[in-house]
Amino acid sequence: MEEKITFCTGGGCTAKLGAGILEHVLARLPKGPADPDLLVGYDSRDDAAVYRVSEDLAVVQTLDFFPPMVDDPYTFGRIAAANALSDIYAMGGTVKTALNIVCFPEQMDLNLLGEILRGGSEKVIEAGGTLAGGHSIADSGVKYGLSVTGLVHPDKIYPNNGGQPGDCLILTKKLGVGILCTAHRVGEAPAEAMDAAISSMTTLNKYAAGCCRAYDIHACTDVTGFGFLGHLHEMMDGRLSCHVHAGSVPVFPQALDCAGEFLLTAAGQRNRNHTGPFVRFEGVPFAMEEVLFDPQTSGGLLIALSPAEAPKLLADLKETGAPAAMVGRIEARREPEILVTNDEYKEDA
Amino acid sequence: MMRVNAMGDACPIPVVKTKNAIQSLGEAGGMVETLVDNEIAVQNLMKMAQQKGYSVKSEKLGAGRFQVVMTVGPGAVEDSGLAECCIAPVSEGRNVVAAISSGTMGTGAEELGRTLLKGFLYALSQQDQLPRTILFYNGGASITCEGSASLEDLKSMEAQGVEILTCGTCLDFYGLKDQLRVGEVTNMYTIAEKLTGADLVVKP
Repeated sequence: MEEKITFCTGGGCTAKLGAGILEHVLARLPKGPADPDLLVGYDSRDDAAVYRVSEDLAVVQTLDFFPPMVDDPYTFGRIAAANALSDIYAMGGTVKTALNIVCFPEQMDLNLLGEILRGGSEKVIEAGGTLAGGHSIADSGVKYGLSVTGLVHPDKIYPNNGGQPGDCLILTKKLGVGILCTAHRVGEAPAEAMDAAISSMTTLNKYAAGCCRAYDIHACTDVTGFGFLGHLHEMMDGRLSCHVHAGSVPVFPQALDCAGEFLLTAAGQRNRNHTGPFVRFEGVPFAMEEVLFDPQTSGGLLIALSPAEAPKLLADLKETGAPAAMVGRIEARREPEILVTNDEYKEDA
Repeated sequence: MMRVNAMGDACPIPVVKTKNAIQSLGEAGGMVETLVDNEIAVQNLMKMAQQKGYSVKSEKLGAGRFQVVMTVGPGAVEDSGLAECCIAPVSEGRNVVAAISSGTMGTGAEELGRTLLKGFLYALSQQDQLPRTILFYNGGASITCEGSASLEDLKSMEAQGVEILTCGTCLDFYGLKDQLRVGEVTNMYTIAEKLTGADLVVKP
């Protein structure tokens, strides 16, 4: 198959609308009467919506789709599906059903679409869910994703803003896939770096979320379009602060190289503009700053839990093969909201 | 001067094209002018120039038209003061000053007035051309203080070079002196100077 997917200007989560623009629009939506069973909705900046149907059961709903960020349609399908499924895991839920969302140019080779859907379908099966239908639109560019429905116990939802001062922060995947995909698009990312990024993006957060079940998770979110610092900022919820040790944050070393060559995305700069005012860097190299703002496609989970449990969860995560690491601690509110130093995380520092 | 046309190019293409142009200058160095169609591309080019120690300046030529000029090589070092040159869309032509004299916008229901003012400051932060200065006095003084719903928007504008000034007498009067969370404290002399020196005063 010679024909490559026609590329949009920037695929994956780099194609997301900026947080600032979005808040502006959402704030203006008319709100109907509040439904007490809607446990997580627009008001929170959480990963998915959660609706309680009974005392011990709630439905988790999410929807995610975007343009391709890799050449291979099958790989794109797997990444887009892993990314969409991730929101269910970030809420602490299990995946039940998924619906395909497809935009595809009429004149394009339908085999490409078949490959995208095959990749997506495989991930839904791996997640333990069932593909139950979908909707497709003829469009000028390719876009693919899923609407996913999952289940969660109403008392076991992982909020993204439930962190407490003293909590440890754990990140389960390496950062830098946005920069690597972008560098790859202009032919400047080494092939093995791209392979590593693809392997990370196609890894379901199912396994990391599975490890979490044994512990009392205070807050959890998946790191996607707003970058590590953007999602961390949301986790701080205007009432907490944190200290991040950049030396311990898992990153793709080649992403640092590419950032050092200024192969930077527009979305990364938008993230810097939006979150930068809340962050103080001390001695952190420029390339690392960029990776910390880099929009992630199908990024890892960012988890907050007590320092008593954190080392055990970390050990469990590592056992699944995840490049997870303790990256910092939550503290009581102070200025700056997010302090990033270049040292490594130390127990009870 | 080398010219790079990166109009219509998505990041990181403008940076890649500019790097190629700089490389072709060789040891001698020289100037490279890059044209781009969006502010974010300007910011990414400025980041590169600043990290590399090139002197650089940017200018908005018109709607969706920006010019970034870098000086590379021997000339760049002595000139490096230019690197401080603002990247922000802060108005270079007209001196626009926004004066916020109340915690609400317009007269009528107070709750609505507060929502409107928050919306106004957000919308202001999204304008192509930002004001040079925003003044906060009397009831407006609380907007730069702890608990204000507009702190995020104001910090984002401050980061882009907008001067945020709050009346010190007013902070004292309302007991907010240690609650200021964005910008600087100012006095009536400066407020009078800013207002009389403005080309346009915006009072929502």
